Amino acid sequence: MSWFIENFDLIAGLTGNHVALSIVPIVLGFVIAVPLGWIANRWLALRSIVIAGGSLLYTIPSLPLFVMLPYLLGTRITDDRNIVVALTIYAVAMMVRIAADALAAVPAEAIEAATAMGYSPWTRFWQVEFPLAGPVLLAGLRVVSASTIALVSVGAIIGSANLGYLYTNGKQRDFLEEIVIGIMASLIIALVFDVVLVLLSRVLMPWSRQSSRAKHRSILPVERVA
Amino acid sequence: MQFFLDAFRWLLDPANYVAGSQSPLPIQDRIGEHLFYTVVSVMIAAVIALPLGFYIGHTGRGRQFVIGFTGAMRALPTLGLLMALFVIVGATVPFTQAAFVASIIALVILAVPSILAGAYAGIESVDKNTVDAGRASGMTELQVLIRVEIPLSLPLIIGGIRASAMQVIATAVIASYISLGGLGTIISSGIGLNDNERILGGAILVTVLALVIDWIFALVQRLTRRRGSSDTRRQKTHVRDRSLGPVTVAATTADEGENNVRSK
Repeated sequence: MSWFIENFDLIAGLTGNHVALSIVPIVLGFVIAVPLGWIANRWLALRSIVIAGGSLLYTIPSLPLFVMLPYLLGTRITDDRNIVVALTIYAVAMMVRIAADALAAVPAEAIEAATAMGYSPWTRFWQVEFPLAGPVLLAGLRVVSASTIALVSVGAIIGSANLGYLYTNGKQRDFLEEIVIGIMASLIIALVFDVVLVLLSRVLMPWSRQSSRAKHRSILPVERVA
Repeated sequence: MQFFLDAFRWLLDPANYVAGSQSPLPIQDRIGEHLFYTVVSVMIAAVIALPLGFYIGHTGRGRQFVIGFTGAMRALPTLGLLMALFVIVGATVPFTQAAFVASIIALVILAVPSILAGAYAGIESVDKNTVDAGRASGMTELQVLIRVEIPLSLPLIIGGIRASAMQVIATAVIASYISLGGLGTIISSGIGLNDNERILGGAILVTVLALVIDWIFALVQRLTRRRGSSDTRRQKTHVRDRSLGPVTVAATTADEGENNVRSK
């Protein structure tokens, strides 16, 4: 505990950097994956390309991707941009399939009704498809958020100053407390991000809690009996 | 691009495959080690997670546990887990074995959630009518599980193992930081020597290994799929799966890539 108090500034600094390195990939991943998911549904030929491409990228192990990117981007190996790009690639790879599924599950009647009411495709997307896909998109975003925050620490091996530094440094000094505090800090960030996402969704999608409960009620018995 | 060409040349250089070369060469030994760690960890994890997943999937008891557990494990930083276990294990086990023991424990811990989620989601998604038909024809619960539910959910079960194998291959690379063998040693020695060919060559090797293993699993999944398999019925179970959140994603990564082609 005394180590924690004495090194509070270091831990706070590393935590801040960890958060910064996580936010960009999570946001970028979402912003890139949703249009890709939409494209995948719009043109079926592209669907398998987008989704197979996503799963292919997701298969690349993290450390190898971190060390390959400097050669592709022309950055230095210790540059934090490598980590941000790598994690954005993973976020897109994870999110694109969820986004495609979420948008595909929007009821066709809702889309037809919107079209009949004179919505342009653009307004229809923002006012009908995107909100109805919202709860599933949120579930995917929560997964992306948790795994991105966990993966950032791998960057410490190539010299990034984030919570992962506490793991490598603790290992070198044979000092468990430092490592455990680092793990807890990372878990707390993940938890806070998760809570923020859920709260944000309550504000933005006030209808989703009720409808998901109704969904449970209506679908489960049908599944079992049918 | 020149760097990549050099790395490929390095990979194809017979001198790097001569037996008895100084570590981290020869390359084939590191590939062998990497596969060995992967097989051992995934098998131990399967022995732990499969029966538990079958039990939860069959009885429906402990669903919340699986959902919470797989979700929480996703947030656990792999590097931190490895280092913590290395320090803990190092206090009791001789230094020469500490890296191996700590790494295998970490790899098993990381492999369990996907296998558990795959087994659970697989069994759970088997058509309830099929299960009841088994019961009606006089099968015991164990027979229902072994003869009906497991065969029908094999693609999803194998999908879980596939996801865990990918996780283990990736984490074993990181374990070279605590001086575990395997392909990670090529990358870390490359970083230490500032040797671009080794860094890139090692990274390409691991990536290719992961892709090949992933492809083999995809093939096995396809071969085990049969009429009524739980993942061919995916459209139907779709919405219900969704509400489960984390488990769904585990199950979707399970059959990544090919299912969408099939369901068309």
